[in-house]
Amino acid sequence: MFASILFFLFSFLILGSALLVITSKNPVNSVIFLIFSFFNAAGIFLIAGAEFLALIMLIVYVGAVAVLFLFVVMMLDLNFEELNKKTKFIRTGIVTASILIIEMLVLFFYYPEEQSFIINQDNNTNGLTNTEIIGSKIYTEHFYHFQIAGLILLVAMIGAIVLTLRHRDNVRRQDIPLQVSRDQEKNIELKDITFEESE
Amino acid sequence: MIFEIGIYHYTILSAFLFFTGVFGIFLNRTNLIIILMSLELILLSVSINFISFSVFLSDITGQIFSLFILTVAAGEAAIGLAILVVYFRNSGNINVNEINKMRG
Repeated sequence: MFASILFFLFSFLILGSALLVITSKNPVNSVIFLIFSFFNAAGIFLIAGAEFLALIMLIVYVGAVAVLFLFVVMMLDLNFEELNKKTKFIRTGIVTASILIIEMLVLFFYYPEEQSFIINQDNNTNGLTNTEIIGSKIYTEHFYHFQIAGLILLVAMIGAIVLTLRHRDNVRRQDIPLQVSRDQEKNIELKDITFEESE
Repeated sequence: MIFEIGIYHYTILSAFLFFTGVFGIFLNRTNLIIILMSLELILLSVSINFISFSVFLSDITGQIFSLFILTVAAGEAAIGLAILVVYFRNSGNINVNEINKMRG
């Protein structure tokens, strides 16, 4: 009962903050509501029993992605009045979302009961915690997927650095081979100074 | 019984979050940052779907795939925001309707 009330609370907070994300006038407020939505999603995951994913969700999304969004929003000097003009695509958006909702409702009511999936009710975890089960699966069965996930993160990191790295032309930098290859004959010029006779 | 949380509640929550994300893409066609946030909302709804089915079917594979979705979402946010910063540096605004430089 208490978990049900918590589930409904978190669900309505997720949906409300998601609506505020897409309708907010200031992008900073949108990022704040996105962080709030992720917090509530972590609560939903905790209620469902996926503790590891809930905490990873908090660390990755709130700690990295949302802060990245906040950083970019505050770094870009945006003209908010020009951005807030709603487009003529709102009718298209309503039509598309309604078609998706109608499709989902048709599937929901049409779904025949006898073909419903078999819920495996015996939650026999052998006394292991959620994190231990995920760890024992991810390093054995899904080992190659795990490696590919690491490769995706590496490519994303290198890609972001390469995209935003900027070389300016007029910045003086230290050129070590040029410094090392200096020699005395080229760089010191000896001149004979002739003194003029004063009259 | 409505207070008995089942798979339907999680699925309906995930579906409505997905629709909110899709509608946000159409609603904010001028603001690229909010479009990226809508993509994050869509990925969050897919994660909720995976985790709820994983819990109710007692199969841990859904949670592992949700972890991979999290990885791809983090990479997508990093690359997307990097492209956004580069575009803002070159053009001075992020109006999506004016991004047509590759048009012939």
